[in-house]
Amino acid sequence: MNGVLRPALAVVGMTTMLCGLALPLGFTGVAQLAFPVQANGSLVEREGTVIGSALIGQGFTGERYFHPRPSATVEADPETPGSTRAAPYNAAASAASQAAPTSAALLATLKERVAAEGAGPVPADAVTASASGLDPHISPENAAQQVANVAAARGVTPERVRALVVQHTEGREWGLFGEPRVNVLRLNLALDGLR
Amino acid sequence: MTLIGWAQIALVLACVVAAAVPLGRYMAAVAAGRVTFLAPVERVVYAAAGIDPRQAQGWRGYTLAMLAANAAGFLLLYALLRGQAVLPLNPQGLDGLTPWLAFNTAVSFVTNTNWQAYGGESALSYFSQMAGLTVQNFLSAATGMALALAVCRAFARSGVKDLGNFWSDLVRMTLYVLVPLSLLVGFAFVAMGMPQTLAPFAEATTLEGARQVIPLGPAAFQIAIKHLGTNGGGFFGMNSAHPFEGPTALTSALQIWSQQVIPFALALTFGAIVGDIRQGRALLLVMLAYVLAGTWAVYGSEAGGNPLHLALGIDAAQGNMEGKEVRFGQALVALFTATTTGASCGAVNAMFESFMPLGGLVPLFLIQLGEVLPGGVGSGLYGMLVFALLAVFVAGLMVGRTPEYLGKKVQAREVKLAMLAVLVLPAAILGFTAVALVLPAAVASIPATGPHGLSEMLYAYSSAAGNNGSAFGGITADTPWMDVTLGIAMMLGRFAYAVPVMAIAGSLAAKPRVAESVGSFPTHGPLFVGLLAGVILILGGLQFMPALALGPLAEHVSLLAGKTF
Repeated sequence: MNGVLRPALAVVGMTTMLCGLALPLGFTGVAQLAFPVQANGSLVEREGTVIGSALIGQGFTGERYFHPRPSATVEADPETPGSTRAAPYNAAASAASQAAPTSAALLATLKERVAAEGAGPVPADAVTASASGLDPHISPENAAQQVANVAAARGVTPERVRALVVQHTEGREWGLFGEPRVNVLRLNLALDGLR
Repeated sequence: MTLIGWAQIALVLACVVAAAVPLGRYMAAVAAGRVTFLAPVERVVYAAAGIDPRQAQGWRGYTLAMLAANAAGFLLLYALLRGQAVLPLNPQGLDGLTPWLAFNTAVSFVTNTNWQAYGGESALSYFSQMAGLTVQNFLSAATGMALALAVCRAFARSGVKDLGNFWSDLVRMTLYVLVPLSLLVGFAFVAMGMPQTLAPFAEATTLEGARQVIPLGPAAFQIAIKHLGTNGGGFFGMNSAHPFEGPTALTSALQIWSQQVIPFALALTFGAIVGDIRQGRALLLVMLAYVLAGTWAVYGSEAGGNPLHLALGIDAAQGNMEGKEVRFGQALVALFTATTTGASCGAVNAMFESFMPLGGLVPLFLIQLGEVLPGGVGSGLYGMLVFALLAVFVAGLMVGRTPEYLGKKVQAREVKLAMLAVLVLPAAILGFTAVALVLPAAVASIPATGPHGLSEMLYAYSSAAGNNGSAFGGITADTPWMDVTLGIAMMLGRFAYAVPVMAIAGSLAAKPRVAESVGSFPTHGPLFVGLLAGVILILGGLQFMPALALGPLAEHVSLLAGKTF
């Protein structure tokens, strides 16, 4: 038994030192030097305060801003201990709806959301909850649908808002991977800069 | 499905195959001890651990060493998770895990399952993630690779007991393969936006004045080995769908590449070790064919959208978007899904729970086929070789002669042990699912009603026994019953499978390797590829058809009929 006990403990111990401490700590140091923005969460600042991360969605609700996708994140309910309540874009605990394709509850929720969107075929991302609950993007179609409302709330022409959307539409990476998309936080930041 | 979608899939797979060819040869050289640039580090480890790397081990000695290393890893990880509160690098002041959850998580990471009953950002300290989970990500992957090397040697050698030395295989695969690849991929991940910091969570005041807590951590390095080692346990709760764990479509593509490259390369390593690269290529082709078929099935079912939802007035252009992120697109979701379940990884970039019934059936079925397509690092190869033995046995029955594989006679002992191994999966999956479905304490974990509820339970035990780790995420996984039974299923799927496989290796190594004759059944051509694919489908899949009919297939029919639950 001694024949395997010592190697087992020593190998696990040394792997912990190497792969669990030395390498990740050294890697952290190099990453901090080489990619300081990304390594610290791609945080976005305005006038010295952190207003969020470029990668993490925010739950905009005001009329003056573009709205993100529905989010299924929750938080602890202070009124009833042990239970949770809806808290969209709670970045501290990513979550999806985990609703089945045949879920009656999901169907009812979607019906309400589609009704709130108004006429025309509604872009799917505008009414469905993302996988993380923190999706920072919306589709260009979804953004286009919101242009008129945002422009009216801000008292600017729809053309100026539309131009901003086009400017903030990111194409596929390498022209190939993923989907065209609009980062909602960056777009809304630019909106605040409109004069 | 679109052309640009298929172009993404084709490019990723082409990059996998292109990298697997040199990597496969390189790993064969590492296994043979011909790569030595880290020899000083090796020597320190061997000296400190009292290991003689040249000491030959028979199958019993090799297996015993493997079990001892895994037991030590389990105990250490369990202790770390329980004692998290008093250990360093815990800026959020998180408590230790409950005994049930710590047991489940420790087993899960030791067995390369990486089932997430915990929420990464809300339950685990930086220290637990780094010194606990990351270490097991390396060790469990290297364990699988070591076992695979031992099985390869059994085919290459004749008339001996010696299968190599477990300790040196473990150390060499970690140092020469897993560590360099993880550093490389890890830096690419940071550049693409993954955090890597020890700072506490960031606090932001949003544009509308709300407070948002943004979790951070030493994520990128762990996520690199999470994919390369086909581990799959996420740093963040929503795994690779989380914007920090999968910031861009390109990251997702690189994650797919990382999951596939070592398992595919190992098939070619096998070819190199047995001295006939065509043998490895045949296995690789079977794996690739299934990955493509699985991707096609998921892509087709998800890109079309959910007819119940489209009827409400939702545009069909984006497909089924519930539980999916905008940036990835349906093609990368489909390829990721087929990869992560075929490769026994378990990472996800979309939520399977909300997939269309047939889209969700594919990952479930790919797990049930035995995690050999291409399977986990190492475990996929030795699983595939078990199926290869059974395939030549079936061929031998058809033509009425003693089956041979690579010049080794496949006889009653090997076939019995192979059957013992392949029966572990259905016994654990169907057995536990059946028991759970009649126990009120277990059924309470299922939120969905109707056939989808059965799918959730079936998926949980399939994922655990298949050492996959993905889930129909709606299920409440952290209950004493689920934690313990899923933990047992994971151990069965890993060790009750590996021990008979090692016994086969011991028996094959002792046999003489006879030269091929005109009467030998060639095991590198299209006929064998087709036969092997068929044996996997029938032997691996058929026993699950009744359960699948009651779960995803029943749900599909209900959905077509417009019925919701």
